[in-house]
Amino acid sequence: MMWNWFRKKYNNNHPDFWKAYVDSFDKKNKKSIQETRFVAFDTETTGFDKKEDRILSLGAVEIINKTIKANNAFEIYIKQDVFKPETVKIHGILKDGDLDKVSEIEAIERFLAYIKNDILIAHHAGFDYGMVNEMLLRHGLGKLKNDFIDTGVLFSKSKHIIYHENLKKHYTLDDLCKELNVSMADRHTSIGDALITALVFLKTIARLDKRNVLKWDYLLK
Amino acid sequence: MKNSIAERISDFLKGFPPFNLLKEKHLLEIATDVNIIYLEKGDTLYKKDEAFHEYFYIVRNGGVSLYHHDTDGNKHMVNINDAGDIFGVRPLIIKENYKLTAIANEESIVYAIPIDLFQSVTKNNVSVYKYLITSFASNAYDPYTAEENTKIFVDYLPHTSQDIVNFQTANYTKNPVCCKETATLKEAAIKMSEFKIGCIIVVDDKKHPLGIITSSDIKNKIATGLFPITTVVTNIMSAPVISEKNDLTVADAQLKMIKYNIGHLCITEDGTPNSKLVGVLTNHDVIAALGNNPTAILKEIKRASRTKTLRAARRKANGLLISYLEQNIPLTHIINIISQINDAVTMKAIEIALEKMPTPPPVTFSWLALGSQGRKEQLLFSDQDNALVFEDVAVDKYEETQNYFLELSRIVTKSLNKIGFEYCEADMMASNPAWCKSISEWKAQFKSWILNPDDKAILLSSIFFDYNHIYGNQNLEKELTDAIYETLEHTSLFFRYLGRDALKNPSPLGFFKQFLVEQDGEQKDLFNIKYRALMPLIDTARLLILSKQVRGINNTYERFEKMAELEPNNKELYESCAYAFKALLKFKTKQGILHNDSGKLIDLEALTKEEKLKLKRCFKPLHDIQESLKLRFDLANF
Repeated sequence: MMWNWFRKKYNNNHPDFWKAYVDSFDKKNKKSIQETRFVAFDTETTGFDKKEDRILSLGAVEIINKTIKANNAFEIYIKQDVFKPETVKIHGILKDGDLDKVSEIEAIERFLAYIKNDILIAHHAGFDYGMVNEMLLRHGLGKLKNDFIDTGVLFSKSKHIIYHENLKKHYTLDDLCKELNVSMADRHTSIGDALITALVFLKTIARLDKRNVLKWDYLLK
Repeated sequence: MKNSIAERISDFLKGFPPFNLLKEKHLLEIATDVNIIYLEKGDTLYKKDEAFHEYFYIVRNGGVSLYHHDTDGNKHMVNINDAGDIFGVRPLIIKENYKLTAIANEESIVYAIPIDLFQSVTKNNVSVYKYLITSFASNAYDPYTAEENTKIFVDYLPHTSQDIVNFQTANYTKNPVCCKETATLKEAAIKMSEFKIGCIIVVDDKKHPLGIITSSDIKNKIATGLFPITTVVTNIMSAPVISEKNDLTVADAQLKMIKYNIGHLCITEDGTPNSKLVGVLTNHDVIAALGNNPTAILKEIKRASRTKTLRAARRKANGLLISYLEQNIPLTHIINIISQINDAVTMKAIEIALEKMPTPPPVTFSWLALGSQGRKEQLLFSDQDNALVFEDVAVDKYEETQNYFLELSRIVTKSLNKIGFEYCEADMMASNPAWCKSISEWKAQFKSWILNPDDKAILLSSIFFDYNHIYGNQNLEKELTDAIYETLEHTSLFFRYLGRDALKNPSPLGFFKQFLVEQDGEQKDLFNIKYRALMPLIDTARLLILSKQVRGINNTYERFEKMAELEPNNKELYESCAYAFKALLKFKTKQGILHNDSGKLIDLEALTKEEKLKLKRCFKPLHDIQESLKLRFDLANF
């Protein structure tokens, strides 16, 4: 019985880093929002097709108690065979080029070690989450197990009740930068967007906090 | 590994001293170890007597205020650090506890620079240390710390914010207007009127000041026929000039002016008249710095060219407010002055914003203040509520025109926020497309609120019906008002809705005449004076005045006074409402100053018995007027 339960989590062919990642969710306990480590992340991809397209870079920053440490930012570029020249003008990553790139599996190992079992934050999180999950599946691994928060959804919730009937369906990251007065430096690099997402998250949280609605079930709903 | 964030931090840092004195490689090394800290307004970064951090700080966005606590535990603001200013450098110089408290003055992002790393990188860089020591000495300009340690100057320990101003260096006019010693008086006078100034300095070839001519010299010596207008300036000027170095404090300047009975001090390079002239300090500059004078504050606002200066001027108005309340000056007078200052600040903020726009406005517009500023009842800093009306334009130009005014409004609301008026939480600001519209759109909007009232429309009306023109084309505001009053003639339902709204807040007193307090949350057991006492009076006054079709009176107490005039039968009730409103507003303002907040939540435990009685006396007219509303607008079963 015990054995079967473990088998469901992972099999013996899985690499050790995956097993460690999955196991870390067993002993997770909720801390206060202040003490919790949040990881804001973003991907730059060759396009928007989850099956066809590939992740070119992953960027992430951690937030603990309203503080982001520059020396603990995560920035990685991935070697890919899929390459679409027409998207270069958005993300600026060349096929060869002078960035140090790593293989997908190495990127996965390092990304999981970075995010641990903490709460992920992304803008339109579904897309980035999906792209990472596809990458994990290609290597025979399971899906991400972290809780996640979408800054687009969170922002809509923070708007005053009288505007709820004409809220925009999609707030782009650019919209939020404008509304919340966040600098758009390094927009469209994964690490730049990760930092912007982190700041947008902090500012939105501050607005929610003022209204005394900042609770875990509200955030993760 | 590549670290783009560190690169971006280093790009920012290299624009500001002392980081601009570092080598790029060292700067990047420091940037890699920076912490990015987000602060909400009011968040404390460090406190007086707290153990020193391993970091010092630079403001990335926003502003962080430094406070000094005097021996009585009162807080005085010493300085506000804006983007690029470093602070918290004490531990870099001396490893001691903090002497000041740092609190975010607005929503801010600061970079924390690790001290150990900074020191190891800048070990041999003399210029960096010179800068830090100077900045430490002037920023922490510490009449406090020095004194607390040595106890020598203890008598001079500043106790009020006024004293702190006295010790600041005086702000003088740089590049003053001058003329040569060979010039004629007529030439000098033309120059003075050209630059719209009251004095001119006579200088020699080396630009050393010889004498000074003021408007009153011309009045006394020329207009009286004592000298002809063609006389040379040296015949008229007062000489020698009294001069000082550029680091004199406001207090010193004032003393010197009193001592020599003069209104102008020349600022020269070495402080004597035998060196180059660098500026002039007038008694107006001194008065402006001391600032407890509404005329001086208004002048300072009119002369301001930056938001930062406006902020300083508006802060002085707060000092004024406190001293007025202490002196028990009538509230109507205080309200007049403070609302004039608020309006002037807003006007100036709009003017500054217009200059920042690439082109002049495509059509005329009117900037409206709403809510408490619209009613001219805003004493303490509160949320900004505003709207913008622009002239009608062709349909194909509408979006373009609206976008222009939205951009303008964004700049204005941003600088008002910097000055201290918080963004409206419900986004009722001109920067919101819903509240930045053409005159026709606005008319349609009000018409729909009035003719199709629902709860949401009423919620919005209570803010939008108290508007007041601040800047631009006032005819637009008049046109809008005409349209609104015309529509009001066709409805009685709207008034019943407003009436129900005015009664929605339960009476402030319970059955046994005890105060009704908040039931839950952080506000538990506090009495909300705004919702339970002030708002019902404000809503009632608005309803009555609208139903009487009276225009142009926005103040709640003036509205009640007007009603007393219109309905002599109920004179007593209306007058007691006007009185109650003033008393309650004063009460709220005093509480706000005491607790450094809006003052709307009152801790009843902390009130004296007398204060409680006074409050209760104000509730009687509120109760009576609410009863009369029920009858007048037939609200009993509505």
